[in-house]
Amino acid sequence: MRAGDGLHVEGRSPVHRAPAHLKVLALLGFMLVVVATPHEAYAVFALEAVVLLGVVALSRVGLRRLLPRMVVELPFAVFAALMPFISHGPRTEVLGVTVSEPGLVAGAALLIKVSIGVLASLTLAATTHPQDLLRGLQRLRVPELVVQIMGFMIRYLDVVTDEFGRMMTALRSRGCEPRSPRHWPVLARSLGALFIRSYERGERVHLAMLSRGYDGKLPT
Amino acid sequence: MHVPDGFLDAPTSVATGVVAAAAVAVSLRGARRELDDRTAPMAGLVATFVFAAQMINFPVGAGTSGHLMGGALAAVLAGPWTAVLCLSVVLLVQALLMADGGITALGTNITLIGIVTVVVGWGVFVLLRRVLPARTSLVAPAAAVGALVSVPVAALVFTGLFAVGGTAPVDLGAVATAMLGWHTVIGIGEAVVTGLVVASVVASRPDMVHGARPLLAERELETRAVAAS
Repeated sequence: MRAGDGLHVEGRSPVHRAPAHLKVLALLGFMLVVVATPHEAYAVFALEAVVLLGVVALSRVGLRRLLPRMVVELPFAVFAALMPFISHGPRTEVLGVTVSEPGLVAGAALLIKVSIGVLASLTLAATTHPQDLLRGLQRLRVPELVVQIMGFMIRYLDVVTDEFGRMMTALRSRGCEPRSPRHWPVLARSLGALFIRSYERGERVHLAMLSRGYDGKLPT
Repeated sequence: MHVPDGFLDAPTSVATGVVAAAAVAVSLRGARRELDDRTAPMAGLVATFVFAAQMINFPVGAGTSGHLMGGALAAVLAGPWTAVLCLSVVLLVQALLMADGGITALGTNITLIGIVTVVVGWGVFVLLRRVLPARTSLVAPAAAVGALVSVPVAALVFTGLFAVGGTAPVDLGAVATAMLGWHTVIGIGEAVVTGLVVASVVASRPDMVHGARPLLAERELETRAVAAS
């Protein structure tokens, strides 16, 4: 997978073919409803999960591909798991451990909401190509300049991250371990070099655009 | 680490979304002053650089790792308006294409990582630049202090948002203490990396460092005779 493609998975399902701006709006509306759902409305949570799983099934991306990517929510799952222990309020006993009752309820709700949110976002990312997403944002009246910056970022993401990857490979092959604080000065100099290269690339791109008649707007 | 959906309630998320949209609108005008018609490609490439820099994890202890937020770094290197735009676009791409940070929490994330760290980091940096002697060698330490302060302040603002729209009945003092302690450690890592990166750019291309430009203007061109051997 290339970073510039995001998490996109090719497909021809109705979810893939739906216009990107509608998908973004649908995700936003759906998540606002999920976030506004009261803590103990488990029937509503179940309904929301069924709707989401229905869309996932319709997209034919496959849960097996989406589930491993849900690790991004891990830190928050840990926080949700801690909540019954650090919250105040009346105590209750679960499996022989005394925990806070409101903490337990809030922790469970947080875990459900975060999981639904991550899976829904993954579904959008998997079924929408970055270029379609850009056009969708344009239709949603996101400022032209923001869309252009985002377009350049997506276009050069692979170039810059690959360049960085090659620098890291070069460092490692000389016995440097970039993760260790002992080698931070070396790592930081590489980052500085990466900034200079990115900045100069931006200047070259701008000159190339000018020489092709760029006047502040991208041809569509 | 970005705030996901469901961590803060809906009204708070919508309110931070409005704040974020307003700040981006103001930054769009400011960035045009910093970069004129080069804005789109330059800010795009700087955003890509920030994204790459955020991929670096450093161990914080207890088996967890923090990553660079890059607010102060981007502000000193590219200018504060461009930095707000770049970080907002990075967060937008991460939310929509990488499922990192929820879509309803996008406003919260832009407010915390895109606005607070840049404003605080840049503010501290400018203050120090004014107080310290005008030497380019002091740009990097000033940037490091800006980064050091910016991270715990962002954590404090998050605690404030949590007090208003948090969805957990957790003792606020405990949240504040934990967030501050944790993010002071992350802030030290952020400060070291920011200072070293800025120092390396100042050493080779000081003209590229936005925060160093007022100091460069005062330099005069020197012509020296060098003995040929």
